[in-house]
Amino acid sequence: MPDIIVNKAKCTKCGICVDACPFGCIVLADIYPEISDCRFCGICMARCPENAISISVEEKPIIDLSSYKGVMVFAEQKFGKISPVVYELIGKGSELAKQLNEPLEVVLLGNKIRNYAEEILQYGVDKVHLYNNPLLGVFRDDPYSQIIANLIIKVKPSIVLIGATSIGRSLAPRIAAILKTGLTADCTGLEINEDGHLLQIRPAFGGNVMAKILSTKTRPQMSTVRYKVMKKAEKQQSNGIIEERQIETKSLLDRTKVEEFRRAEDKISIVEADIIVSGGRGIEGAKGFEPLKELASLLGGAVGASRSAVDEGWIDYSHQVGLSGRTVRPKLYIACGISGSVQHLAGMQTSEVIVAINKDHNAPIFKLATYGIVGDLFEVIPELIKVVKESKGKY
Amino acid sequence: MRIIACIKQVPETTEVKIDSETGTLVRDGVPSEINLLDLHAIEEGIRIKEKFGGQITVISMGPSQAEEAIKDALAMGCDEGYLLTDKAFAGADTLATSFTLARGIKKLGDFDFIICGMKTTDGDTGQVGPWLAHELGIPHVAYINKIAEIGKNYIVAEKLVEEGVEVIHCPIPCLITVLKGINDPRLPSLKLKIKARKLEIKKMGLQDLGGEASNYGLDWSPTRVVEVYSPNPPQKGEIIEGMPKKQADVLFKKLKELKIV
Repeated sequence: MPDIIVNKAKCTKCGICVDACPFGCIVLADIYPEISDCRFCGICMARCPENAISISVEEKPIIDLSSYKGVMVFAEQKFGKISPVVYELIGKGSELAKQLNEPLEVVLLGNKIRNYAEEILQYGVDKVHLYNNPLLGVFRDDPYSQIIANLIIKVKPSIVLIGATSIGRSLAPRIAAILKTGLTADCTGLEINEDGHLLQIRPAFGGNVMAKILSTKTRPQMSTVRYKVMKKAEKQQSNGIIEERQIETKSLLDRTKVEEFRRAEDKISIVEADIIVSGGRGIEGAKGFEPLKELASLLGGAVGASRSAVDEGWIDYSHQVGLSGRTVRPKLYIACGISGSVQHLAGMQTSEVIVAINKDHNAPIFKLATYGIVGDLFEVIPELIKVVKESKGKY
Repeated sequence: MRIIACIKQVPETTEVKIDSETGTLVRDGVPSEINLLDLHAIEEGIRIKEKFGGQITVISMGPSQAEEAIKDALAMGCDEGYLLTDKAFAGADTLATSFTLARGIKKLGDFDFIICGMKTTDGDTGQVGPWLAHELGIPHVAYINKIAEIGKNYIVAEKLVEEGVEVIHCPIPCLITVLKGINDPRLPSLKLKIKARKLEIKKMGLQDLGGEASNYGLDWSPTRVVEVYSPNPPQKGEIIEGMPKKQADVLFKKLKELKIV
């Protein structure tokens, strides 16, 4: 069983660990910290200025790690296109594969998608495993997870990367469950460490802390990767091959059925948008979103919303940015009448440029904003719409 | 109908603040609460029970304090509560958590639905639901924003995806993970609060679930947090002064310079 130990010779009884523990498990009993019900999250260990806290665990690989080689990327496709996150995964995957001097392979499932496989080959991929079958036209967790898990068992990649999309975040745990291997969600950084393991970096506690995570005992090392974080792969001379693979439909479990699809009215979803114009309590009502929608459409962006605007019923939940909504990372995030609660900031704080428009100059959002405008959004936004329109007229 | 809602006790997110100077986590005391999305899971379970009759069980894995979260769930209208708690379960990643929950749920007998929140506000992985479904050998549907229909042996549910809504047909028993948009969770009633206080929360530990301590918790977790650090504190921004027209002009010029618009 793991244990957490305080080295009393090193401990200065400063109490930093007591405040650092997100679970309140540490008390300064008899002067020295006493830890009970520890979740082994490691936060106190990281915060201790004297490095007096350590966690002891057995580090024994369960399998022969060296038999697993290469990076495999899942190429998500739907509605006639490859998800943009796939090119980001290939970009990162090829960097990792080069560092390891191992191959980069892609697995692609769907119906009538040979042309996608050819497209993917142009991005420096060594091999595309192609499952082209009428049964695989629409994503379902059951067949997709079994086919990919079976391929992984055959090919034995060391690393498997999947986009942290609604498909990826449902599919990846099912694959990892079949393979009984480690899976890290929503990574924003991936590196190879000195021991050749994949160092996975991800935000936790609503982005308030970053965690570095390793899977040293099992293979493959699986990660879902956040949108718009990794650099896209560039097209290059291709030497790769396509390997057409067949599925055994008889043994395939397939329990859920997609009966219908209803496309959202918005042209661009907030997770894919490069520009988001977002509204909060300061919007004062459903009508208040009108100027935001106009600005967003002029800029080719999407409309976002804070939790309070959604809870008030001013806009649909699919627009919500934050801990209980979507996490977004656009090039430009314009927060209008959003004060900036912790839960909202968690969903947008990694945006490249943040503009805050708010009447209250004390609003927490200004601490994060690249550009802050203290003022009435109903005066500023129309002016902004005018400038954008004027500039468009010029070209 | 037998419904099982899985919940987690998490640190209150409103209490987690960032020190703007150092960019570190500031916490005054450590109040805990039921993970926000789990409230929607409980509510949906209660609604199914109200419509079709049956029983709703709430289950959690955590330290003994997590009993409070289960009591809150009972006060909303759940019939019974189970807490999987043991020193050996601590430090579990999503694999070990799903494995432990599955073992606990198998002890409870037959069920029709397992309902989970889509993700927790602390770990934010969204992995336990689908993983747990695999461990129990049942199908799952994630990102549910509405249950459209419940038939004798199937469910039709609306899954929110990036491009819109998928309507999914899934046989029962199954596991669903729900989003916030599915319902408005009720507040606990005084009557149920009093009733909940009297209900015993059944605890299951290593002995009840069986196996070795090394099959649980941190020991059974393939992933390991090796370092935790604060993200870079945000850079000090620039306030654009002037009348609205000037503010808009200046902002647009700056965005143009950055080649964003």
